[in-house]
Amino acid sequence: MAKTAVSMTVNGRAVEALAEPRTLLIHFLRDQLGITGPHVGCETSHCGACTVDIDGKSVKSCTLFAVQAQGAEVLTVEGMAGADGTLSVIQEGFMQEHGLQCGYCTPGMITRAYRLLQETPNPSEEQIRWGLSGNLCRCTGYQNIVKAVRYAAEKLQAQKEAAE
Amino acid sequence: MITGAFDYHRPRSVDDAIALLSQHGDEGRVIAGGHSLVPMMKLRLAAPSHLIDLAALDELKGIAVADQAIVIGAMTTQHEIIADQALAARCPILRETAALIADPQVRYCGTLGGNVANGDPGNDMPAVMQCLGASYRLRGPNGERSVAARDFYEAAYFTARADDEILTAVEIPTPAAGHGAAYEKQKRKVGDYATAAAAVMLTLAGGTCETASVALTNVGETPLFVEAAGQALAGSGLDDAAVTAAVEAARAAAEPVSDLRGPADYRRHLAGVMVRRAVERARRRAAA
Repeated sequence: MAKTAVSMTVNGRAVEALAEPRTLLIHFLRDQLGITGPHVGCETSHCGACTVDIDGKSVKSCTLFAVQAQGAEVLTVEGMAGADGTLSVIQEGFMQEHGLQCGYCTPGMITRAYRLLQETPNPSEEQIRWGLSGNLCRCTGYQNIVKAVRYAAEKLQAQKEAAE
Repeated sequence: MITGAFDYHRPRSVDDAIALLSQHGDEGRVIAGGHSLVPMMKLRLAAPSHLIDLAALDELKGIAVADQAIVIGAMTTQHEIIADQALAARCPILRETAALIADPQVRYCGTLGGNVANGDPGNDMPAVMQCLGASYRLRGPNGERSVAARDFYEAAYFTARADDEILTAVEIPTPAAGHGAAYEKQKRKVGDYATAAAAVMLTLAGGTCETASVALTNVGETPLFVEAAGQALAGSGLDDAAVTAAVEAARAAAEPVSDLRGPADYRRHLAGVMVRRAVERARRRAAA
């Protein structure tokens, strides 16, 4: 099947590459663009390891064809830290609260937590658990993942109040 | 997991989408959120040669809430249904149901139109639409028609929609002020289809149930509107005898198969339990 040019913005950078229509976004990101933060976990829309942010939505990039994201703004875990390598507050939370063990689910967790906190800046524990229910951690370290998101929420709130 | 090869189309109007569907016949499929279709394509249970993406069709998006009817565009996502305050005020069962579908990521993509048009007996919205007396707008080369949700489902994955038609919108008669409704879903884990689920809507007047409707999810080849269950409740005081009669009617209507979610007898029993719980919650929510 003929390849077509697929263009989008990934982590603020305009990118274009050739892909078959059936190329899944996760493979486009990893194989064509070398963006390997989003992981291939289950490949069946269950685990959330491939989660990326597309036009303000958390999306499992194994369940979207790259052509569907033509022209979209895509954010992956690579786009979270500052240009100088300073961790984002969410990443810092995962480090401080030991919110990862093997780390495989972490890029998806962080990307999803980013959108959750954009929509719900001060989530309860229940809201965090509900909001992250599309992301599986097979080390089952959920307790510290929830704490990491709370850490980030509190620090972001404090930063916001200090700025006001 | 890689899908079969296909040509990708992104039409700019519904008419263009219908023209593509007509042109490609059996080889064409529309894709909305894709979170039912893409997994099917990975398993090669679906292998369209032409994929017609409805994403650019703004005319299929949006929620309009009015006194007579609620009209929801087919491309409206479950996430948007959950977020819509006007919709939640007039018809809260839709938010309750959408929140029980899959997980957050899937709800950002999954659409109401896809959920009701797909014909998968595991989808949650079809039974809710039957309970609410909704109808589906279908557009094809010969114009638009409307089919009641209660008449739409023929067998698993077979519906009244013709191959060259697109489901463009869902129209729901706006539920009466003071109505009570509930969707009860038993599932094994987040993201699972129902082992059994029930939708109930009722209205009360002076403690008597005036109107009631009941429908079931995933205990048959299609969603099941159980008219006898609603009739058992209407006119009663929702006393134990009436509720038990509704539960029995639902159990009699259910035709579940044994699968990983449980043996058929268990799932039939559970359909009754879901009806009982949904009636109880709908009653508490209804203005007396």
